[in-house]
Amino acid sequence: MTTGVIHDLGYRRYTGPRLGRGYAFRTLYAHTVRTAFGLGRGVKAKIFSWTIIGIIAAVAVVMTAIKAQTGEAVMDGPQFVDNMATLVILLLAAVAPELTSRDQQTRVLGLYLARPLRRSDYALARLGGAVTAIFLVLAGPLLIMFAGGALSTKDGASGVGDAAVDTAQGLAHAATHALVLTTISLLVAALIRRRAIAAAAVVAVFLIALPAVGLAQELGGSEGTTELVSMVSPPTALSYLSVWLYADGKVPYSDDQVVHGPLLLVYAVVVIAACTALLVARYRKVPA
Amino acid sequence: MTVITTRSLAKQYDGGVRALDDLSVTIDSAVVSGTETTGGVVGLVGANGAGKSTFLKIVLGLLPPSSGTIEVLGLDPTVDGELVRARVGYMPEYDCLPPDISAAELVTHFGRMSGLPKATARERASETLRHVGLYEERYRQIGGYSTGMKQRVKLAQALVHDPDLLLLDEPTNGLDPAGRDAMLDLVRRIGAEFGITVVICSHLLGEIERICDYLVALDGGKLLRADRVDAMTAGQDELVVEVEESSSDSGRAGGGRRAGGAAALAELLRSREVEATHDGRTVVVPLVDPRTYDQILDAVADLHLALHRLDQRRHRVAELFARAS
Repeated sequence: MTTGVIHDLGYRRYTGPRLGRGYAFRTLYAHTVRTAFGLGRGVKAKIFSWTIIGIIAAVAVVMTAIKAQTGEAVMDGPQFVDNMATLVILLLAAVAPELTSRDQQTRVLGLYLARPLRRSDYALARLGGAVTAIFLVLAGPLLIMFAGGALSTKDGASGVGDAAVDTAQGLAHAATHALVLTTISLLVAALIRRRAIAAAAVVAVFLIALPAVGLAQELGGSEGTTELVSMVSPPTALSYLSVWLYADGKVPYSDDQVVHGPLLLVYAVVVIAACTALLVARYRKVPA
Repeated sequence: MTVITTRSLAKQYDGGVRALDDLSVTIDSAVVSGTETTGGVVGLVGANGAGKSTFLKIVLGLLPPSSGTIEVLGLDPTVDGELVRARVGYMPEYDCLPPDISAAELVTHFGRMSGLPKATARERASETLRHVGLYEERYRQIGGYSTGMKQRVKLAQALVHDPDLLLLDEPTNGLDPAGRDAMLDLVRRIGAEFGITVVICSHLLGEIERICDYLVALDGGKLLRADRVDAMTAGQDELVVEVEESSSDSGRAGGGRRAGGAAALAELLRSREVEATHDGRTVVVPLVDPRTYDQILDAVADLHLALHRLDQRRHRVAELFARAS
């Protein structure tokens, strides 16, 4: 038994550097990214996240393999991102409550607020970490697709250049997706203390408006109506936005043209800004 | 060093509840510990709802006061909340620990959140957990801990960054008597040996007064009293005298007027202008100065009584408050 000896060392005061608010913010940000991937937590926390991340990566690998074999891309970068939206939402349903509801449910939030950190810092570090994590989940597969595309291209430098442009567009759209979907999810989850209910609410918020969009598409309506209706369902609105931004406005598998492009862009910016502001406001009020 | 000083501090909640009212109090570590060194334990006592938790939250800069001013470690927490919190440790009253990580991880994380570099945070976390009495179990998940162990983890996360001021809100809540004594002993050691000024909140004055150097009593948000514990009890000590039941009287005991020795002694002392009361077989005399002993001994000798007992009785602060209210 050596513990007795160690015990007798007595208390030592700390005289080293004390890093302030910025360091606390960065620490919480890094902790959030790790938590989103289930790192530093039990196996149970990792299973769900990594299953979804695995599926998204597997899709990218299959896409890459098909392109290498046939020379034809099944979908471009932005399309890939849009098609992964449902998986991203499922991932957010697991991650967002873990980052917001859990701290309220266990009341560990009180310990965070007693640190050299402001309430808004806590909200923004959590949000920033979550956005980063979701972006990485999409960016990794896009880079796999780029590597595969660049290595298998038969058009030499111009083929690599095309793949680079496509990947850059994919990354830009991944960033947009990560920002819009994560701010909404975190805001919804932050309002609910119970983790399971928060997870259900995150999924519900994205699903609830889908029938409206489906109905608008069925009815056909005047050009652009579907786009306006799609604004109640952010993933659909984002897919129209990507068509306008990266595919000359031509909606795939139809003759439609996206007509409200600029409005969709404003919509995305407004959603991000409003949800961020509301999240910060929520954390100004939430009891510690 | 002035740790906390407030002037006319008031806090009114939106609902209209007045939690603090015109509170002016100064807690100076030199006064608290009675020496030049820092440290010492301050008891913040009052009934439930007296404003203790509100006061702590204002000290931390988590709650703005409605009026009045406050300074903590020379800083204004309403403006420099982050700077205050970097040097203050806070142990909340409520359960605030996530069940699915280990104490070592949690305390390390909060060490970093308080501004310690990564390696230092890890080192100090295990040191701090050892100081609060958690050894190998610190690598187990907190969910499996007993209440006593959880309270120790809560204390450790408040202590890990070596604060100059430690705020403990009802740290003995939910503990059994043995756990309570262990926790209070730990708090006393932190104040006395670690050189950290501790403010400990409790609604049980009797429980914490033995470890406190200084007491701040709140009642309905108002300051009842703030002083050193020894100053509160000074002049309150009494001498308890027990004498033989008048043996000289026993010869003529038939008359039924058997004057007790205690009564006779009290009477004689009063005639010599010493305040004395008798209660059954004992006489109680307030200890004014050392001459009180002589006066008692003279009186006992003059009455030819046998002195059985002469004790100094120390008052507990809790009794003083109980008597005042």
